[in-house]
Amino acid sequence: MSIKGTEAFVKVLKNEGVDIVFGYPGGNAIDIFDALYDEKDIDVVLPRHEQGLIHAADGYARSTGKTGVCLVTSGPGATNLVTGISTANYDSVPLVCFTGQVPTKLIGNDAFQEVDIVGITRTICKHCVTVRKREDLVRIIREAFYIARTGKPGPVLIDLPKDIMVEEYDKDDFTSQISIRGYKPNETVHEGQIKRAMEILEKAKKPVFLIGGGVKISGAKKELTELAHITQVPVITTVMGRGAIDTDDEMYVGNIGLHGSFASNRAIQRCDVLFSIGTRFNDRITGKVEEFAKNATIIHIDIEAASISRNISVDVPIVADAKLAIKEMLKRAKECDTKLWREEIKTWDEEHPMHIDKPKGMSPEKIIDIISDRYQGGIIVTDVGQHQMWTAQYLKMTKDTQLVMSGGLGTMGFGLPAAIGAKIGNRDRQVICISGDGGAQMNIQELATAMSQETPFIFCIFNNSYLGMVRQMQTVYFDKRYSCTCLRYRKSCDRNCMDAGKKCPPYSPDFVKLAESYGAKGIRVWNEDEIEKAFDEADKNTESPTIIEFIIDPENLVLPMGQGSKPLDNMIMDC
Amino acid sequence: MEMRWLSLYVENEVGVLAKIAGLFSGKCYNLHSLTVGETEDVTISRMTLCVEGDDNTFEQIKKQLNCMVEVIKVIDLSGKSLHKKEVLYIKVKSLKDSDKAEIMRIAQVYDVKIADYGKDSILLECLQTENQNNNLINLITKSYHNVEVVRGGSVAIESISMK
Repeated sequence: MSIKGTEAFVKVLKNEGVDIVFGYPGGNAIDIFDALYDEKDIDVVLPRHEQGLIHAADGYARSTGKTGVCLVTSGPGATNLVTGISTANYDSVPLVCFTGQVPTKLIGNDAFQEVDIVGITRTICKHCVTVRKREDLVRIIREAFYIARTGKPGPVLIDLPKDIMVEEYDKDDFTSQISIRGYKPNETVHEGQIKRAMEILEKAKKPVFLIGGGVKISGAKKELTELAHITQVPVITTVMGRGAIDTDDEMYVGNIGLHGSFASNRAIQRCDVLFSIGTRFNDRITGKVEEFAKNATIIHIDIEAASISRNISVDVPIVADAKLAIKEMLKRAKECDTKLWREEIKTWDEEHPMHIDKPKGMSPEKIIDIISDRYQGGIIVTDVGQHQMWTAQYLKMTKDTQLVMSGGLGTMGFGLPAAIGAKIGNRDRQVICISGDGGAQMNIQELATAMSQETPFIFCIFNNSYLGMVRQMQTVYFDKRYSCTCLRYRKSCDRNCMDAGKKCPPYSPDFVKLAESYGAKGIRVWNEDEIEKAFDEADKNTESPTIIEFIIDPENLVLPMGQGSKPLDNMIMDC
Repeated sequence: MEMRWLSLYVENEVGVLAKIAGLFSGKCYNLHSLTVGETEDVTISRMTLCVEGDDNTFEQIKKQLNCMVEVIKVIDLSGKSLHKKEVLYIKVKSLKDSDKAEIMRIAQVYDVKIADYGKDSILLECLQTENQNNNLINLITKSYHNVEVVRGGSVAIESISMK
């Protein structure tokens, strides 16, 4: 029986278990939307901007473990996905993005809404291809899902020309085994290497586990916790790995990195065996590369060979999925003698505990503490900036609490749509979005999507009237020359203003009024006494999103602060 | 910095060359030469790449290439015994009779073919190693100034009997 490309498309999606598609229609994708109109089993979520669309699919994928599916039209629809594709690529999120395309005969003619999206996204996705023949359509889509979710997950883009989608074909193969000769993801772990690694670990006097996002993606929390308890080896996480072990676990030390805890960074620099799993040692966590963990034997388990010995030379490389590797490690795990080492780490923590000593105005730490206490088991999504770092530093994570953030690309505007996507995928769980005032406005239109999708959640805006993280760098390194970071600035202001004083013009927009204009609820919080009450009110609102605007003093800095050009534990503790 | 040679088997599809080139430009790896052509299997093409870099960079390049779905196999030609040749055309123009005789002598000594001949120009067709081509170009451009050079980059294949 001959079927059109659109019907084949829908059939493959259903076979892949897709029940939600994030889509925004247009001329070159309208046929696919028409085919989806009758599909009761696939819900199409319509956002208000394609960038919001892909961040929502991303938040959905990260929080459910499923592959996010995007469907947009050609030209501007496709180009609006670019930032989101790169965001997903850096954090290994499985997405399949379908972009409409002009008919094959018009490709290359500079047709209306034509763009070479495959050419544009080549370097920022796992795989991308334009379907040029109807008979390849089903194979390409099935392969796209396979590539997106296997090995190191990532975004895949498939470009669908309009004429291919309406063409009929009668030999579609929906079921045969997928085999791609250039892509064979590793599904085993080298037992010999694990044995070698565990022998080294056993003899260590000052070992640490450095745990990255890969352990969370692999779903290995239970196994990691068991491993840490048996071996008694302290655990340090990257920002993306936070939550891979409960933050109140006795083996947990803290976060490594530019804004990590002093104790964690020092432990990394002084350890003799650095056993890392699921991180790629990027520049946010190494400090000066030549000085990184100088005295340590480094064991590195990662699912991608290209991440190993890339920035840091590694003594024992192991290419494997984190969960598989940890299970193999558990077979050989023995207790290490780490009591004195752990006590030493504790003294460093007491020397410089993670705490905002002298907050100006409302303490961001206090807000995060309250969120931690109220919403364990929920999904916390952040945007990018100072608020993100404070969340990474202070959010307690136990049980199945999730933390979702754009770590690799650091995309502002990610938080709000990703929270909506997370809520769509987890309607029975609490979703809290923490954002700065800058990032909040980048995809603010998605509040309409939240109303349309009936997804109540709490949107916390840490409003300090500035692009806080950049302002912080300008405070520390540029003599407080706040070039283009003040969000209250008006043309009539003094161009070289260094101080958010009382003469400042009002903040635009009024977030409370903005919330109300969307049909959501808005609450403004000025001091710490009002925080709990605001959350009480937000919890009562099950009909719509609640924006809670926290007025934060811009003088608050994220500390401690590392410097990429200095050794990791050489941090600015006070400013 | 060493020149290192790689041979890649890739899918014979639109965009594969662009993707490989994009990897090199995007990550600032030094691509010295690249040649590509169909193999005995029309769905597969084979590339010969010459890259410049230290050991670490070279390892990274191989790993990054392996990651690509379109790359079927990466063969490191380092330390292997190879047959490696490059096509070179040199057209030398504005020649007097005495120059032509000299060029023909050079062709004979260096064992390269005279592929074309005109009133005042000669076309040399050379199939030899990159170094030999370099030497020939240097020799000719030293004495002659109206010269057109087209070279293709080397193609390599592992030897059968040589060690």
